[in-house]
Amino acid sequence: MERINHPEELTAWKSEILAERIPSKKTIVVSSGTCGQASGSLQMIDAVNQELEKKGLRDRVEVKVTGCHGFCQLEPNLIVYPEEIFYKNLKPQDVPQIVEKSILGNEIVSSLVFKDLKTAQKVIKQDEIPFYKKQERLLTENNLKINPTEIEDYIALDGYHALANALFNMTSEAIIAEIETAGLRGRGGAGFPTGRKWEICRKVESDVKYVICNADEGDPGAYMDRSLLEGNPHSIIEGMIIGAYAIGAQEGYIYVRMEYPLAVQHVNLALEQARKFGFLGESILGSEFAFDIHLIEGAGAFVSGEETSLMASIEGRRAFPRQRPPFPAQEGLWGKPTNINNVETWANVPLILRKGADWYAKIGTRRSKGTKIFSLVGKINNTGLVEVPMGITLREIVYDIGGGIQDNKKLKAIQTGGPSGGCIPAEKLDLPIDYDTLAKAGSIMGSGGMIIMDEETCMVDIARYFLNFTQEESCGKCVPCRIGTKQLVDILNKITEGDGEEDDLKKLENLSKTVKEGSLCGLGQTAPNPVLTTLRYFRKEYESHIKSKTCAALVCKGLIAYTIDPDKCVGCLLCLKNCPVDAIVGERKKVHIIDQDLCIKCGACLDVCPPKIGAVSKVTGRKMARILKNASGKRVEK
Amino acid sequence: MENILKEFEQDQKELIHILHRIQEDFGYISPQAISAIAKHLKISENEIYSVLTFYKAFSLEPRGKHIVTVCMGTACHVRGAPRLMDDASRELGIDVGQTTPDKHFTLETVNCLGCCAIGPVVVVDGKYHSYVKRMESIIKEYSEGR
Repeated sequence: MERINHPEELTAWKSEILAERIPSKKTIVVSSGTCGQASGSLQMIDAVNQELEKKGLRDRVEVKVTGCHGFCQLEPNLIVYPEEIFYKNLKPQDVPQIVEKSILGNEIVSSLVFKDLKTAQKVIKQDEIPFYKKQERLLTENNLKINPTEIEDYIALDGYHALANALFNMTSEAIIAEIETAGLRGRGGAGFPTGRKWEICRKVESDVKYVICNADEGDPGAYMDRSLLEGNPHSIIEGMIIGAYAIGAQEGYIYVRMEYPLAVQHVNLALEQARKFGFLGESILGSEFAFDIHLIEGAGAFVSGEETSLMASIEGRRAFPRQRPPFPAQEGLWGKPTNINNVETWANVPLILRKGADWYAKIGTRRSKGTKIFSLVGKINNTGLVEVPMGITLREIVYDIGGGIQDNKKLKAIQTGGPSGGCIPAEKLDLPIDYDTLAKAGSIMGSGGMIIMDEETCMVDIARYFLNFTQEESCGKCVPCRIGTKQLVDILNKITEGDGEEDDLKKLENLSKTVKEGSLCGLGQTAPNPVLTTLRYFRKEYESHIKSKTCAALVCKGLIAYTIDPDKCVGCLLCLKNCPVDAIVGERKKVHIIDQDLCIKCGACLDVCPPKIGAVSKVTGRKMARILKNASGKRVEK
Repeated sequence: MENILKEFEQDQKELIHILHRIQEDFGYISPQAISAIAKHLKISENEIYSVLTFYKAFSLEPRGKHIVTVCMGTACHVRGAPRLMDDASRELGIDVGQTTPDKHFTLETVNCLGCCAIGPVVVVDGKYHSYVKRMESIIKEYSEGR
């Protein structure tokens, strides 16, 4: 195929691709995003190819390697088409059996399909698994139909058709009006209306303008952008070209964090293909519009995700934020008007143009339209990426999609929005999720990380974790953030180490207010959120850390001790041998004792003590005080 | 070094790309490299130093043969990453960011690798280890020739 010079050629190309495909042909789809590869998908692909070669099935069976399908916990997996049999948690040795039964025959290897734990029923098709059922996968659905290294797969799904329509049948104003009517809001966190943002930038007069895709997905626990970049890079590129045309930009940048090597690779390849076929470069699709995109790899600084810092980083400088206004739309990259959107926002653009703003605006709530991808992680049964319509309740996500809390434990809180967000307590499970309700609850939508915490998660420790994170990532330019976050961490450390004082909570609140109000950029302005929300909903937990020196979740090292129950210990030597600091004394068949002075509280003893014995336990508060009191003065003799 | 620099435009926007390339090829950014880049881009060594110390990707000293990276993302955190970090640090006798005296291991952390579903995750030389329970076995696996 040569360069596409007209929308009609694009349509013809699509027909050609479809004509070559035989719907009844046996196809094996292997998902191979970063999660998949980490779980062994590359070995699976090798095994599939070898087996097909061995059986002489090379020509009769197609193998398609795709990006992530979202249910990461079932990796490595594969789907056999056209029957859509979904096999999960595979090992290379499972492949011959699958080929024998499902490729050569029309049977199902029932031991390898998904089993619903609730109903004990086997589920054959992927979209019938409860995890997928309640989702509305507008963006992520294509991840299982596309080999991200082959542009043809994207074209076959009407790829670049929205661009062709925009370039030849729509004015800039009409495109922006369409995005505004759809009600698309920025998926990077703040939720600014995308159409309005574009309009501001379009109106600024300048001979040079830029568009940027913010793919510096730094929030720990959020990886939906990675999944889109890896699995469907052309959808993002198409969105950017449409945006650039609407705004009048000639050059674009995709800033990808360096921690995503596979995303970098796939986006680079997609850019090359887009150039080759005339979707980027001079005279795009034969129109008068010229535009190109460069990929910039980040260098490991969380603050680069802030828009003004990101632009500084592209310019080859330290990722320091700067005062706004002027906003990037007025003065952005190299002082020129710049429109910057997040990965997921850009990926929504072709979809809206293809299906229409009215269709899109029907999904979601009054003020938050469309779907949002969340990464459902932490102490949840079904971990993975979930794409849901705005307005769905947390309960539906946690219990219907997520399958409830691991090990039947109790849900304590849901953390949304990463280090800028907050913890929503279990009582608020029926909260419908959109930009505004989350903000009201003290958290934010953020980029979409959703971390589930159970009773074994200590909320003071979580606040400390996030503050420690933002403090380390603070660029140091402005004082409230640089010094304020450090002080907040120090106070939180003090509390988790058991040295908290009564007025510490007051100090935390006052200081949080100062940091929020006085910081220069979003990083500092939102940094205290984890502290403020945990103080708002879990104040008692802070108080028990301070007053009764108790960490009920048994997490904070300074407030716990490990102990061996003499009535239960059988003297098996396991804990003794596994203790990295030789803090356990004892002999075979004699009760073991932990030397509290030497113990570093690593938990190795608890891990290795056989569950049916259960002699090792963690204690806090009064029990811990008693143990330490008994231990002091009579150091264990060796 | 000169050959590498020739591939890049003489513009500050190339600085981070150049640093990435040198870090990849040499494992660290040497003082000689800094002055060569300064000449090429016609900016001060000071500026280069400020940029390269700002970002985590670059190091001023040679790193170890094996890079052990413990993911400290939130999902890994609630599943026990801090303990893995402590274990690794104790096993190797070094702190985060340091290299063992025999230059065999460098211990690093990363904020999130985006594989939260399979955490806690530890990456050694680009290879992902999922659901990690103890560090000892991983370190042992890479200790050959030590």
